[in-house]
Amino acid sequence: MSDLLDKKLLFITGKGGVGKTSVATGLAYLASNSGKKTLICEVDPKGDLARSFECARTPYNGVEINENLKAMSMDTETSLREYLRLQLKVPVIGRIGPLAKAFEFVSTAAPGVREILTVGKFLYEVKNNSYDLIIVDASPTGHIVSQLAAPQALRELVKLGPVKSQTEWMIDILGDPNKTGAIIVTTTEEMPVNETIELSKKIESETNVHLSAVIINQVLPELFSSDEEAAFLTLSSEENMKTMTEMLSASPETVMEAARLAVTLRRMRSEFLEKLRDNIDSNIPQIYLPYRFNKLTGLKSVKATAAALADEIN
Amino acid sequence: MAKPSKHKPKSNLLENLLPTKEVIIACGPGGVGKTTSAAATALTIALNFDKSVLVLTIDPAKRLANALGLNGIGNKEIEISDETFKESKLKPKGKLSVAMLDTKESWDALIKRHAKDQATVDHILSNPLYKNITSKFVQSHEYIAMERLYDLHSSKDYDIIVVDTPPTRNALDFLDAPDKMADFFSSRLLKWLIAPYKSKLISLASKPFYQIADKVLGNQFLQDIAEFFIAFQSMYDGFVQRAESVKKLLSDTRTSFLVVSTLEQVPALEARFFVDELQKRSLNLDAVILNKVLPEHFRSKYETEIARNIQEQAKILSETLSKSSRNDSYGADTYEKVFLEIASSFLNFQKVAQQEAALESEFADLVSISTKVPFHSEPINDLNALEELGKQIWMQN
Repeated sequence: MSDLLDKKLLFITGKGGVGKTSVATGLAYLASNSGKKTLICEVDPKGDLARSFECARTPYNGVEINENLKAMSMDTETSLREYLRLQLKVPVIGRIGPLAKAFEFVSTAAPGVREILTVGKFLYEVKNNSYDLIIVDASPTGHIVSQLAAPQALRELVKLGPVKSQTEWMIDILGDPNKTGAIIVTTTEEMPVNETIELSKKIESETNVHLSAVIINQVLPELFSSDEEAAFLTLSSEENMKTMTEMLSASPETVMEAARLAVTLRRMRSEFLEKLRDNIDSNIPQIYLPYRFNKLTGLKSVKATAAALADEIN
Repeated sequence: MAKPSKHKPKSNLLENLLPTKEVIIACGPGGVGKTTSAAATALTIALNFDKSVLVLTIDPAKRLANALGLNGIGNKEIEISDETFKESKLKPKGKLSVAMLDTKESWDALIKRHAKDQATVDHILSNPLYKNITSKFVQSHEYIAMERLYDLHSSKDYDIIVVDTPPTRNALDFLDAPDKMADFFSSRLLKWLIAPYKSKLISLASKPFYQIADKVLGNQFLQDIAEFFIAFQSMYDGFVQRAESVKKLLSDTRTSFLVVSTLEQVPALEARFFVDELQKRSLNLDAVILNKVLPEHFRSKYETEIARNIQEQAKILSETLSKSSRNDSYGADTYEKVFLEIASSFLNFQKVAQQEAALESEFADLVSISTKVPFHSEPINDLNALEELGKQIWMQN
């Protein structure tokens, strides 16, 4: 699984609220610490990256987090300008306000235009070999497929011109499993698991990108081995309860009840772990990240996730 | 500690809300149990009040659809049959219907309503760009959900409609969707963009755009888009008027908002922001539902102390129990592991419960109704489980 970080471009997706950003920042931190020149980008500029890395903001041009790590946010207007200048040799001076608006307007209608400005930026950086690894905190499950499939969609739509020829090398990079991979993040709950299974099928059928891993976040620990669980059951006998209550000078009933809840919670969720195992191609690694009882924020959280990922990946 | 007196009857919080309300909108961050809370609320109303209730869901989990006794919920409303209620030994005072929002079908219906003739309908529905536009442009999903709500409300077929809101990047998007839709159709940009194709004369202002766009996309493609928008623009008046009406319904006193959240950091802060925003806009926020909260005892200092004692005395406890005369007892080693697990599990969850308590205080005294629903250890598989959830939300001591 360590080859995950040997790729050039990783798209991290998943249902909203499952911890996409946390996994993306953790992976980026891990990669940069192992000496890889890494770029992390958030596609929805909500400020999640800035919060995670405890910096004021993450502009389009990037901000240095540490020696090997840069963070940026996507901005389709700037990306358009860059695209026109670098790819089409059309210099655009000053603000392109109305032009960008019109372009945005058109791009809503045309499948792939807005998406290609996003995905194209990353692919361009891969082509130029600017980084060892680019990690994309990508769109949620509902939108990622249209982004990954954008170059293909555009190739079919645009009959000729420079855009068409550019879709070719983009499609090549996206389809190369050594270079590009998608990672779906999920928790062990019904909806995220269902969406993960659906998305894994869609990625396979509607894009040429390879699914590199499924990362299962917030996995609750197994409390007891089967032997321990049987022993736990004997504790509830009247006689044992009486002994314990005397020794502790208080009834342990509520604390034991809490353990029962922990067991039930874990059991309810293991049903979804099984569902993932049954429905995701067994060649695709499934990585488990343990539930964190100590809530951490900012860099501390990033470092903890990176450490947990390191345990699982290496 | 004083326990709530037993003889005081439980009261249904919905009693205060229902007489004046016709629409209940459940909103909040994704993954907090919004859809299930909306369904449980609708069921509670149907069971306890003589009202005809509709729950309009956006994306129900299979489990929930099954719980409602429906294999496939569709765009069309389905009434839950007497038999289904009977099977669950429930006797509703009112009626309960369910519908799911199908974005594509709802858009088609909207086009059919506003287009001036069948030719325009055909022209739009057959345009290859149509599907793409309706699924992507200006919060199309959010808009169509509110539009459908308006449509159902105007039909007067139901006394109360409970609706859950689509998962969005920003929980507020659906509030702005009608405005954005109206803006979109009245925008100068739209006129500017399609003008050259109407008049064959490119204005000076739009010339650079067309030069670049042609270079990038090719002329034919732009023309396809323009043609599509010209057809779409003929529906301008209908659309804008409709968007206005939808907006009015949202701010009507007959409409009530519920904010649903869990007490996890990210969702709770998002929900808190949403509460402020609803109040800023003078919308009728009537209740906050805090879902999947850990049981109260995890916050108890007394119980925490007991857990610590178990941890400290694990060795001696297990030695004593293993010597018990009972024939089913286990070895001291096994018991010790069990005690340490029990204690550390309690102390772990206790930390989580403390964070929950801190986040809960953020919601204190914001709205008249604030309810906490414990983590249900059983999944919602049938109507009875949903009824139970409804009680937990709405029945208070």
